[in-house]
Amino acid sequence: MRSLAFEDWSGGGSRIHGLDARVKLLGALTVLLCLATTDRESATAFAGYFALLTTYLAAAGIPLGGSLLRSLIVLPFVAGIAILNLWGGDPSLAILILLRSLLSAYTAVALLATTPFPALLRGLERMLVPPFLLMVLHFVYRYLFLLSSQAQSMARARKCRAPLRRGRTPLWKASAGAIAVLFARSYGRAERIHHAMLARGFQGRFPVLAETGTQRGDWFGLAATVMLAVAIQITARFWMG
Amino acid sequence: MSTSAIIQVTNLRYSYPDGTAALNGVDFQLDLGETVAVLGANGSGKTTFLLHLLGLAEGKNEGEIVVCGMPVRKKNLAQVRQKIGMLFQDSDDQLFMPSVEEDVAFGPLNLGLSPDEVRKRVKESLGQVAMEHVASRPPYHLSAGEKRRVALAGVLAMSPEIILLDEPSTFLDPPAKSSLIEILQSLSQAKILVTHDLILARRLASRAVYFEHGKITAEGDVEEVIEAAGWDGVSRPSAVAAR
Repeated sequence: MRSLAFEDWSGGGSRIHGLDARVKLLGALTVLLCLATTDRESATAFAGYFALLTTYLAAAGIPLGGSLLRSLIVLPFVAGIAILNLWGGDPSLAILILLRSLLSAYTAVALLATTPFPALLRGLERMLVPPFLLMVLHFVYRYLFLLSSQAQSMARARKCRAPLRRGRTPLWKASAGAIAVLFARSYGRAERIHHAMLARGFQGRFPVLAETGTQRGDWFGLAATVMLAVAIQITARFWMG
Repeated sequence: MSTSAIIQVTNLRYSYPDGTAALNGVDFQLDLGETVAVLGANGSGKTTFLLHLLGLAEGKNEGEIVVCGMPVRKKNLAQVRQKIGMLFQDSDDQLFMPSVEEDVAFGPLNLGLSPDEVRKRVKESLGQVAMEHVASRPPYHLSAGEKRRVALAGVLAMSPEIILLDEPSTFLDPPAKSSLIEILQSLSQAKILVTHDLILARRLASRAVYFEHGKITAEGDVEEVIEAAGWDGVSRPSAVAAR
């Protein structure tokens, strides 16, 4: 659970880790936009974006193998669409979809691996993303670990009492029951968390300690990323065209 | 209300929204600087009682609760919650911010204090529970004992006059429990300690009350109440004396 959440990586102390989260968010957004607008005519640009992201991850000291592996998480979702296109007689579109999706996931991995989740939320808050949405994201992330460990405990308990998977109750029925219990427990926990917040004076808004401002170098980093990403696309179009 | 009482509860009655009676006429008093253990079986109304002191229970109640001279009513809740801090039974319910420092700062920031004052309070309260070294860590990576101490720091950062402790030794191993007891003993605030842990009650409390079916059925010296409740392993539970 911890490594899936990139916590081991995002706590690093590299210069890239220290960049303002807004800079990294805007940089990632630029790369994603470039990936979305890369078409068949400029497909060599994908190699450029791959190189750009790989250099970024290497400079931050993030393991490249692990990053690539995590990017594959989107494969089950896009493989079906790619196969349909392959059957439909359009192999180049299938490849385009695969490359675009995998590199988009690689971009997200690069962002999450170099930015602690709280800093990411703070960056989004400073970019005027609605606080309510961020509060929901914050709580989902905070309590995902607990929910996951509760689910694992329940799965263990089920295995202990039904080691051979025999009996009249089918697995799906037991799982549905477990999900219902998890929901009820989560609801109860949400109520208790709300009590704990009210007990410490919560008035509907998450207060934050004042933060240091963005350094000039951070914006230079963003400008360089944007220029590189755009240059890759232009070069690829020129090269292919 | 006597001059030394900082909490005075008179004839408190409360039923859950589904109609189940939870508190059936509770009379209680907490004096300045004292620690009272609240004992009782599961479901006897102890935690519900604590939630009422903070104005956190949903629905209507009857009777009166006065905290530091203020009736616990909607218009006073902000001030009441400044006077009372509560350590919840499950620290994971209480530690919801991304880092320990931010979590401890949550209460003081809600009080509208300046960032410098908040940082000072965070440092002091983490120092009180010997947890300064985890300030930058996410709370969910701490051990149960560490979480409990950080949660207590979050309460102390609000400088309360009264601390409510709901089963503070739950999930703690013996060394963590001893350490928590030492910290709690060093605090000058008045405390209400809800517990099943008789070691904790004996070491911290000067007085005890026993809850049964939403009522206090025995009160007095800790040992006497333990004996009257039949929790000493000798007496029978039915020996609980009527008040």
